[in-house]
Amino acid sequence: MLLDIEDLTIELPAGAAARPMLAEVSLRVGRGEVVGLVGESGSGKSTTARAVLRMLPEGARASGSVRVDGEDVLAMDPARLRRHRSRTVSMIFQDPRSAMNPVRRIGDFLTDPLTRVLGLSRRDAVVKAAELLASVGLSDPERRMRQRPHELSGGMLQRVVIAAALSTDPDLLLADEATSALDATTQAEVLALLRSIQEERRRAGSGIGTLFITHDLPLAAAYCDRVYVMYAGRVVEQQPARGLFADPKHPYTRGLLECSPSLGDDREPRPIPGRPPSLSDALTGCPFLPRCARAEAECETWAPVAVPLGGDGDGSERYGFAACRRLELVSRSSA
Amino acid sequence: MTTVTAGALIPVRVRARRPVPVMIAGGFLALVVVAAVCAPLIAPHAPDAVDLSASLAGTTSQHPLGTDASGQDLLSRVLYGARSSLLAPLALLALAALLGVTMGTVAAWRGGWVDTLLSRVTDVMYAFPGLLFVVLVIAVFGDGLTTSIFALGLAYAPTIARYTRSLALAERSKPYIDAYRVQGMSGTRICVRHLVPNLAGAIVGYLVVLFGEGLMSLATLSYLGFGAGSPSIDWGLMVQEGQDAVVQGALLPALVPGTAIAVVVVAFNIVGVRVSDRLGKGR
Repeated sequence: MLLDIEDLTIELPAGAAARPMLAEVSLRVGRGEVVGLVGESGSGKSTTARAVLRMLPEGARASGSVRVDGEDVLAMDPARLRRHRSRTVSMIFQDPRSAMNPVRRIGDFLTDPLTRVLGLSRRDAVVKAAELLASVGLSDPERRMRQRPHELSGGMLQRVVIAAALSTDPDLLLADEATSALDATTQAEVLALLRSIQEERRRAGSGIGTLFITHDLPLAAAYCDRVYVMYAGRVVEQQPARGLFADPKHPYTRGLLECSPSLGDDREPRPIPGRPPSLSDALTGCPFLPRCARAEAECETWAPVAVPLGGDGDGSERYGFAACRRLELVSRSSA
Repeated sequence: MTTVTAGALIPVRVRARRPVPVMIAGGFLALVVVAAVCAPLIAPHAPDAVDLSASLAGTTSQHPLGTDASGQDLLSRVLYGARSSLLAPLALLALAALLGVTMGTVAAWRGGWVDTLLSRVTDVMYAFPGLLFVVLVIAVFGDGLTTSIFALGLAYAPTIARYTRSLALAERSKPYIDAYRVQGMSGTRICVRHLVPNLAGAIVGYLVVLFGEGLMSLATLSYLGFGAGSPSIDWGLMVQEGQDAVVQGALLPALVPGTAIAVVVVAFNIVGVRVSDRLGKGR
């Protein structure tokens, strides 16, 4: 398994928050796999992705494990960690414009990792950088490399960021809302680009794993192989994308799907009542309880556990799981 | 009666594109630098040529700005004096900026106890009267221009450190810095290659203002006899040498270098404020 997060809990120092930022998050990404991570703002998606790079919030304590290629990221020494960040994992950010040093040229942004990480000579790096820019579909790469970030559009910049992320040939790609800041057509182009890169690497034998973070559940369902849904720092459901879209099991996932409008569906989008819990809300029992339409008295004391869906109940990725007490009752009665 | 067409009567305030005082001050400073560099070419006399027969002469065609008690030409001395009076603050600021920017950046980047320690050290140095500190250093290491520059450099570092720290703290939280960390770049490299260069504009503007202040402090030290000493030619020293002549009714020997100091300091302030406004824009 390329990325294997197990029981990751991240807690802020006492007094700063009433609940952990992440609670017992388990998540896996295989080679060549595109895995979605969906949830509202503040649900812990980005915190999870940053934990893969051990970019923890200041003063936070992490328990559990984050393994990349079998090695625990949380236990790496500083030199190994820098190597891990620069070679094994690459991250694509939401807003490419703010993620780039505004006074450096586009070329510097690409040649820097090439010379610093791969040890290429300056001249080779320039050639390779131009190739990379061409491969992400940027016209006239030589000219682009002399330009500065403000001279390029958002879509073009995101291509540059993707080219830079791929330049060190990483095993794992973390796309944190990589297309959310782009308009619809550009978004489609960037997604197609990411897909084609994924395919290319898969055929070349060096499967690259992608963790695709978005707040857009239909997008994740359409683009990813498997999708994790997060709520209040917990993974509440995991299913293969098709299954999740067709038959969401957790009431929160269902709510998310019902509030996204779709074509040919005349029903009013129905927002989930209430608001997502903040870090200052202490949660006992099921975190979704206050907003859940099907909540029962027992849910108030139920400690969330992943309930395997279908199959023989081994909770394997193929069938998925959801953390809802009502599902637990169903599976127990059928057993 | 009270109907007013919206916008029609409201005068549109057009921002002056060329601020005249800044251009005048900048032009003047450029002139001073050129004059200092070309002093041997334009000075009418050798700056140390003694001519006792022309002692304390007023403005004459021979001596446009008059002479001092030893009959040395004041115009020539002011021109030559510009050299040390401009170079010394430059050296002083280079030292202060090196120390201050390093301390400020390290404090902002590392945070925690490093920040606390450096900030306290800065506070202590800040709270200590600058001139007193400089006089103490001179008392220990002896007087002279080099010691003055060194002492003032130390005295100015805390101000620059504070300023840099506040800028660096804001810059550090920007996403692009985060992106470099995510890419596995070391903290030192991020600071040296990306963070400090992006602060450079604001810091340079601040340094230009400090330049005028440094020039004045050095002149003060020279005047008090701690800085540049005779036979070197320095504006502060010239004022001190000229003050005896004031008693004898000759104002020029003290007035000429004094005016030079005042005008150059004011010009640096005008330009410095403008530069920090322009370069520090968007902060």
